Order: sequence, then structure tokens, then C-alpha cells
Amino acid sequence: MTAPGVDDALREGKAVAERRLHPVTPFRRAWAPVAVITGWAVHDPDQAQEQLTKLTTTMLLGGLAVLVTAGVLYGFLTWWFTHFAVTDSELRIRTGLLFRRTAHIRLERIQAVDVTQPLLARVAGVAKLRIDVVGTDKKDELAFLGEGEARALRAELLARAAGFAPETAHEVGEAPAHELMRVPPSKLALSLVLTGATWASLAAALVVPPVLWLATHSVWTVLATALPLLGAAATTSVGRFVAEYDWTLAESPDGLRIDHGLLDRTHETVPPGRVQTVRIVEPLMWRPLRWVRVELDVAGSENSVLVPVAPRAVAESVVARVLPGVTVPADLSRPQRRAGWCVPLWWRGYGLAVTDGVFAARHGLLRRKLSLVPHAKVQSVRLTQGPWERLWRLADVHVDTGADKTVTARLRGAEEAAALLREQAERSRTGRRSARPDRWMA
Amino acid sequence: METGSAAGAETMGTEPIWTGLPPGLLRMRRLLLVVWLGLLALALGLLLGLLGGPVWAAFALLPLAALAWGWVLLGRNWRSWRYAERADDLLISRGVLWREETVVPYGRMQLVEVTSGPVERHFGLASVQLHTAAAATDATIPGLDPAEAERLRDRLTELGEARSAGL
Repeated sequence: MTAPGVDDALREGKAVAERRLHPVTPFRRAWAPVAVITGWAVHDPDQAQEQLTKLTTTMLLGGLAVLVTAGVLYGFLTWWFTHFAVTDSELRIRTGLLFRRTAHIRLERIQAVDVTQPLLARVAGVAKLRIDVVGTDKKDELAFLGEGEARALRAELLARAAGFAPETAHEVGEAPAHELMRVPPSKLALSLVLTGATWASLAAALVVPPVLWLATHSVWTVLATALPLLGAAATTSVGRFVAEYDWTLAESPDGLRIDHGLLDRTHETVPPGRVQTVRIVEPLMWRPLRWVRVELDVAGSENSVLVPVAPRAVAESVVARVLPGVTVPADLSRPQRRAGWCVPLWWRGYGLAVTDGVFAARHGLLRRKLSLVPHAKVQSVRLTQGPWERLWRLADVHVDTGADKTVTARLRGAEEAAALLREQAERSRTGRRSARPDRWMA
Repeated sequence: METGSAAGAETMGTEPIWTGLPPGLLRMRRLLLVVWLGLLALALGLLLGLLGGPVWAAFALLPLAALAWGWVLLGRNWRSWRYAERADDLLISRGVLWREETVVPYGRMQLVEVTSGPVERHFGLASVQLHTAAAATDATIPGLDPAEAERLRDRLTELGEARSAGL
């Protein structure tokens, strides 16, 4: 990803137009020293109080002014020294005042492009742009760009990655999107009410502090446990609602578009052929409604949700769009009865189905998870067998994918597993042949 | 070059040609085992014999028993390791109690590594490790002859280039 690009630029025989981030960027760092001081004061209140009484108001204001100025100056300098440029094949980010850092991100390696807008950024009309390539991290995001600029840049990057001619790439513009589904807020709220984790965290937050109070009678202990518990309860319920609010899934020639968020808006684009695994999760309490949650894995991307809640039929049609030509297998073969000696009761949750397009394995008895791996995305196949499994002539088959996720078909018969291993290797090989090229429009 | 036991290698159609590991690895591991456990037995025997009398010194037999057991175990483990180069993928099979068989398609290899530590170098051994984009892929062939390791590395790299695929 990071490579000396001097010869590249020379070969191209023209200067690469470098750009700077949005001028509002310096202010994002201006408040950092203030935040540090506040953090220290909260962390150690007694000492902070003591220090504070020694200072006069003028000194206090003066100090604050100096800190904010230093923050602004630091922000300004980092902004001034950060440049980015889009070349025919790369996105180049050059940054660093003292420690220089140049990242060259190859466009055909793009796994996903995210445009995120935290609440304050929405107010200021700016957005962050992040390119997911295997190995990129937080340093490689472009924060901040003007809202329109971020969209234009995303369109241009995707057009270049798709294989449009460099001359026309920035004129191609935003690919038209066709909405596949939208999750209504009421449904999302109901789905969260029907989630065990929401209730478990809420119950913990309501039960543990009173019990501790009865046991210790110490306010600090109770506060120290109650606050994190309440925080956890809030993130699992309200936090998830806010993050997954107005979840919209759309399809465009550039791939899948996922937009969501109530306060912080996130717009993700996953180009075609980048999805490594898809999981259909079916929590226990959603089953009577036949609702499911769909998760996906893309190499190098942090996001893992495709659809927070949807009826099964809709979810399956979405999966068919995400993995072209794939139907979600309806009936899976369970392990043989003797598998109960290895994993009592829960063995019934395991299942396996192999279709032309995917390797599908299910696990979980109460919360069922069905993982689908396209044959073309298999990195390696492994068969493992422990001594106890060998006694019962059973074995596990693991399929490793590029998103660092492993899908396992557990407790298959030994002969079946051995055959599966060979067949899967063969299928992955032939599957790759028919896979779409990295440059999807080329 | 001895070939490992062929049990459990039944395949449909084309039978892979399995290659076992050269005996150097077994020799090295056994020597290390004898050296360390022998020293331990000696130290234990001397210490206990001097401090507690000859009855206590009998405890020094424990490491010796472990040595005998380890001797057999290492042999079995070494025999269990084998690999096969097929047209499109590499098979690695290993383990006695915990058996594991890995199939890595050549096109998926991101990096082939040949490593050799000081002890391994002394015994003229090298290991080949394959990395794919999935960290879970655990494909290592230990204890190869350095020339064979290099041949394997070059061949794998060549095949990987020819069959290379994106993520």
C-alpha cells in the first residue's frame, strides 16, 4: 500500500494535482488540550480543586487562551501539511509535520468506501472519507472534506477503481442508486425490544447496583458499577437505535450503498464482488415474526451489518443481490445423531449445505446463525479432528475467508468431512475462475 | 526421504502424492529431548541423591520415563506430517491425536516464507510457511532440507503468480 511513488509520477509524465482537506479541519483538534485538562480534572478532582484555588481568573483565562491557540496552531499545521491526490491508479495521502508519512492506496484494491458525518460535522457541512483496503487504519481516512467534495471524490474514486478511463473518471459522476429496502423506525424499535441483550443489560443495570448497595453501603462502589452498566444498557438499546436509524440499502453499478444513522450519518459503498461472508442471524424472539438480521464481512472494513432487521423473505432477496446467483439454502443437513456425544443438545443447531454458489454452515440453537461463503472467496480449507471426535468418527471442516473470518461446519462424519475438504478445494478453484474482475466495469 | 503412512489419504479420483518430512527434524527434536531431559534427570538425581539419599534419587527416573514417552511421541508426530503438491493447491496433513489437514490454493498465497533458526540451521533444516489473506490459515511445513525448502518456495511463488487472484 505504501510504496515509493516517485517513479510512478515520472512515468505518468505529468504533475499530480494535490489537494488539501477542508479548512474547517484545524478546529477539530483545537479543543484537544482542553479535553485533556478536563479529563485530568475529572480523573483527580481533589488535586484539580487545590490547583485551581491557587490560580487567579486572569491566569486561568490566559492559560486557556494559550492552550486553545496552541491547539489551533497544531491543527492548522497538520492541516497545512496534509495533502491528498488522486492519480490514475492510486489515492495518495501525504501527511506529517515532523514524521512524514506517505500512503499510496491502490484503487483496484478498494474493498469499501465510507463517507461518515458525525453530528458536529453535519452542522459544519463536512464529512470524513475512508477507503477500506486490507491494512488501512484510522490514519488513512480523509477528515474532513466538504460534503459535496466528499461525494464527488467518492464517485471519482469508485469510477477509477471500476476501470473507467482516467480522462473521463471525474466526469462519470455519481452512479444512480436504486433503493432495495429501508427499515422503518418502528420496526427497528420493536426488533430491539425483542432482543435478549437489550433486556439483559437493562436488568443488570437495574439489579446489580441495589444489590451492591445492600451489600456494601458504599456510594462510590455503587456509582462505579452503576455508571458503566447504565452506559452499556444505553449503548445496546438507544445507541443501537440511533446508529441503525433509517437504515437504507440501495444498489448501484458501483455496488451496494448502505446509509444509516440518526445523529451521525454513515454512507458506505461496497463495490461488487467484495463481500467475503454473509451471515443471517435469527435471534430466538424474532423467530415468531420471521425476522432476521443480516451481517456481512468485507476485508479491511469495520462495518459488519447489512440489514439490522428485515423479514426473512426480504433478507433473502437482499442476499441474492449481494451475492449474485446465490439462493439461501432452505434445508441444511444436520450432523448425525452421534454428534450429541461431542456437543450435547447444541449439536442440533449445527447444519451444513453446499450449493453451486456458496458454502453455508449454521450454528447456534437459540440464536441461529447461518454463514454463507461464496466459493470464490475461500482462502484455505482445513479439516480438524480431536481425539474425542475421532472416537465418534466425526470431524470439523473450516473454511477461511479473506476478512479473517472462519466458517466452520462442525461434527460432520469423518468420511463426509474428508470428501467435503477435497470437494471444497475443487469448488473454490473453479469458483474463482468465474469470479468477477477487481475492476468491475472494465 | 521417507514417506509417512498412507492411512486416511483416500481420495476420489486423483490420489495426491504425499511427501513426508526428512528424518533430520526427528533427529533434531529427539536430540533436544535427550539433552534437556537427560540434563534434568542428572541434576535431579544428583540433587536428591546428595540431599535425601538414594531412595529419593529414584525420582530422577521420572524425566527418563518422560524421555522414553516423548521419544515415541516425537516419532509419531514426525510420521504424521506430510504434504502434497497438487496441480492447483498444496495439502498439508499433520497431527496424531489432533489431526489437521489444510488445503491452500496456490492462487491465494500472499507470501511464502522460509525460516530457519540457529538450532535448525545447525541441523541443516528450514521451514516453509504460507500466508494467505486469512490469518487462520495455518500452513507451515517444518524441518525441510534447505534446498527443498527453497525449491518449494520458488515453485509456490511461481504457481501463485500464475494462478493469482484478488481477495
